Amino acid sequence: MSIAGTLNASWLRLQGWAERRLPALTRLRAKEALPIRLERRRIYVVPTGFGLVFAAMLLVMSVGALNYYNNPALLLTAVLGSVSVLSMLVAFRTLDGVCLERVQADACHAGEPLPLELGFAAGSRLRNGLRVKIGSVAAVFAALPGEPLRATLALPTERRGLLAVPRICVWTRWPYGLFRAWSWLNPPIEALVYPRPETEAVPLPQSGQETQRSVVQPQGEDFGALREYRARDPRRAIAWKASARHDRLLVREPESLIGEDYVLDFDALPALDLEARIARLTRWVLMAEERRAPYTLVLPGQRLGPDLGSAHRQRCLRALALF
Amino acid sequence: MRLDSRQFDLAALTVLCAVLLHATHFPLWLSLAMIGLIAARWLQRRRRPDWGKPPALLRLPLTLALPVVVWLQYGNIFGLDPGSVFAVGMLVLKLGETENVRDARAVATFASFVLMAALLFEQDMLTTLYVGLGVIPLLLLLRALEPDGSDAAQPAARVLLRDSRGVLLNLLAAVPLAALVFLFLPRLTAPLWATQSVPQGKSGLGDSMSPGGMKDLFLDDQPAFRVSFVAPAPPPAAQRYWRAVVLWRYDGLTWARAGGGPLDPTRQELRAQGPEVIYEITQEPGRQRWLFALDLPVADAPGYARDEDFTLAAARPVDKPLRYTLRSAPRYTLTGLDSQQRQRALRLPDGFNPRAVALGREWAQQYGDPQRIVQAALDMIRADFHYTLSAPELGRNAMDDFLFETRAGFCEHFASAFAVLMRAAGVPTRVVIGYQGGYWNETGDYMVVRQSDAHAWNEVWFDDRGWVRVDPTAAVRPDRIELGSGANAAFNRWYGSEWLLALRNRWDIANRLWTQLVVQFDEISQRGLLRGVGIEKADWRDLGIAFALGMGLFAALGLWWAVRRERGDADVVDRAYARLCTRLGRLGFARAPSEGPADYLRRLLQQRPQARESLEPLFARYLQLRYAQSEIADAAARDFARAVRRADLAALHGT
Repeated sequence: MSIAGTLNASWLRLQGWAERRLPALTRLRAKEALPIRLERRRIYVVPTGFGLVFAAMLLVMSVGALNYYNNPALLLTAVLGSVSVLSMLVAFRTLDGVCLERVQADACHAGEPLPLELGFAAGSRLRNGLRVKIGSVAAVFAALPGEPLRATLALPTERRGLLAVPRICVWTRWPYGLFRAWSWLNPPIEALVYPRPETEAVPLPQSGQETQRSVVQPQGEDFGALREYRARDPRRAIAWKASARHDRLLVREPESLIGEDYVLDFDALPALDLEARIARLTRWVLMAEERRAPYTLVLPGQRLGPDLGSAHRQRCLRALALF
Repeated sequence: MRLDSRQFDLAALTVLCAVLLHATHFPLWLSLAMIGLIAARWLQRRRRPDWGKPPALLRLPLTLALPVVVWLQYGNIFGLDPGSVFAVGMLVLKLGETENVRDARAVATFASFVLMAALLFEQDMLTTLYVGLGVIPLLLLLRALEPDGSDAAQPAARVLLRDSRGVLLNLLAAVPLAALVFLFLPRLTAPLWATQSVPQGKSGLGDSMSPGGMKDLFLDDQPAFRVSFVAPAPPPAAQRYWRAVVLWRYDGLTWARAGGGPLDPTRQELRAQGPEVIYEITQEPGRQRWLFALDLPVADAPGYARDEDFTLAAARPVDKPLRYTLRSAPRYTLTGLDSQQRQRALRLPDGFNPRAVALGREWAQQYGDPQRIVQAALDMIRADFHYTLSAPELGRNAMDDFLFETRAGFCEHFASAFAVLMRAAGVPTRVVIGYQGGYWNETGDYMVVRQSDAHAWNEVWFDDRGWVRVDPTAAVRPDRIELGSGANAAFNRWYGSEWLLALRNRWDIANRLWTQLVVQFDEISQRGLLRGVGIEKADWRDLGIAFALGMGLFAALGLWWAVRRERGDADVVDRAYARLCTRLGRLGFARAPSEGPADYLRRLLQQRPQARESLEPLFARYLQLRYAQSEIADAAARDFARAVRRADLAALHGT
């Protein structure tokens, strides 16, 4: 295991060196706009380690067959060799024509996996063993003829802020594992990573003005509180009855509450360092949302709120992530 | 990564195929033991997958036992037979510890070598075909080792079907390329390392004759050799005696060869009487050195000289198919039996077969003339003997028992008894073994002689004619000679059926083609490859150029296939629209490059309002397909294309 680990590390080092020193090999490092179509200029095919071992065996077999003047054995070797060579073309065809059309990255908190959805158009060809690798995250997919392919990967996140999605490697060893065909995709995708919330649930700071708790009725009619369903709305927010009446999916907007109004002030936490403050504020934003209490986020130079709801929460978390 | 059950099953199947291909030359118990090990491991993997690989305590003794077993069985661990057991055994043991993808790949790689090794023992078409079948599970295994990415758990049978189709298509596509490589790959002029002779095929004729020794041959239906006649037509059945070995020495039990020095044409003068027969023999590999010739060959075959018995032999056993051309004279005179040879041709062992010897001496006194003595013996055999393959046991004085007690036997007995009688009567006689008969294959225009055509007969020396063939078996069983071995064979009576016979002929032709085109393909045939383009004898440069051209062609074909774009359904719509524009253009309403479909239609309708009915729906449909939908349904696209093809544009004609 340790030997494999060392080998792997040195291989990565070699790759890094090649990228620095051989720009010709890595001319696709520049960001490029979607859609990105894989075609012959950017697909590389190289035998795998197993492919080299198998080729060595074929060589031994052919020398033996020639030496013994054994034509059927030579024929067998030639057939195996031809199958191998053809498998190189099959590997190429698995990638050729695949088109990365969109990348959708959802926000998540640091430390959580970032769900990244890659949308490929794969043409009218059946493609098996299509693999996607980003950094250390990998997944295998199959593309059915004529159907778009959605590949979902979970990227590990560590720090808050904007995460530039690293280069995507689309590769395959289909069908026999003798050849590896690959291509690098480098779309300009950035994902937002929210700060990691503090694990301890410190109580929310007491608000300044004590107002009576009353629920403000949704503005206007029942209808006014509803809006059209958008992708990624939580399922429990769907107003099923209303949806049935209107024949389309409707979502109930969270009721706006007036009551305790929390002020989450960055400068009110002098005892903590920067990241700890951000973590606590993040936690508070989440807690306030949970309690459905309007809150105001005060950061040096900006003030958000008071407000409530997913849009406000996103705005606050974004501000915290980028602070 | 750990193998799932499908991957492991395929690995086990691959190894099983490799073992089965070698089973023909393994001792039975060894094959059974190997199959048992595979089955045990397979069951363990199926029932108790959590056990993982068997413990080293179990694997190590098995690994150590392998060379011991080979040693005990063969007394040697080098050489082809022990080597193959070693290789197959290691493959089976490797399956024993196969748990992850890496192991399985090692199994597949080594299995391909073991499959090839099976071809070192047999090279006939059927074996090659079986080995080809063994490649299928191997490729299936390699394919199964690659995750295919389909998330839905599909039924195993469907996956197998899909993969098999892929593998078969792959093999099919590989055949032309493999054929090109096979044809043009330079062959070695001399082996890189010394190859030991590979005992191939059946034992065939021995170089001696003892009672019952030929019986196995009569049951062997394999071809011994095939003959095509250059000129003239094949000889009549009664003359199809293919001589292999001449036996002189008799010790009371066994007939054996004598010295067999080289032929001295000045001493032994062979004169052909009448036309000669020229024929080409393709001999199947066997364990003997003998070549076969009709009596008597008037010239040496290239590379193979006649000896003083007018037989031909190779220096080593004929372990590869061998082809040679001979000329024989069916009618001839021969001179030059020296006193030493005459003595040898009259010698009988002392103290054996007293009654036969007495009878021979009696004939010598009674008739004197060798011709009449021969006739007397043939008369005796004809009158009172019968032919059977299940001859009764004979005692110490075997020929006495045969001639005076059992009176039943087959060619060996008749030839041996006849020779004893003649020698006792003072007529120089020897025994010849070889093949008699041959089946004329009408479709293939050649004759096939099978092992079951093995035969023994005599040659008698007459001073005015030389050695003359006498077949005592023909006296008791003329149909044996006329019809060939089929006549005495109850066991292969089913060939009597007409279509089975035809089938057998076809099969034989296929085998012959295989031998000629594949097994015997060599450097010389390679040089003749370019005869089609006018190069009679190609040298390496010509062959290299042809090879490069062929490879280039295949590379271009393969790249075209790989790079070619498939046409999507959107293209169907665009092409149909383009076709519509072309048709309109021919009528004088060409679309301006800047014109979109809506503008184009407007202009068309201004010029030809009467065409509204036919044009408007078409353009509406195109706009709908092209701009109103993000994805175009197949059916709608094809429908539009059809509508364009059938559109009636007559309204655009005229004014």
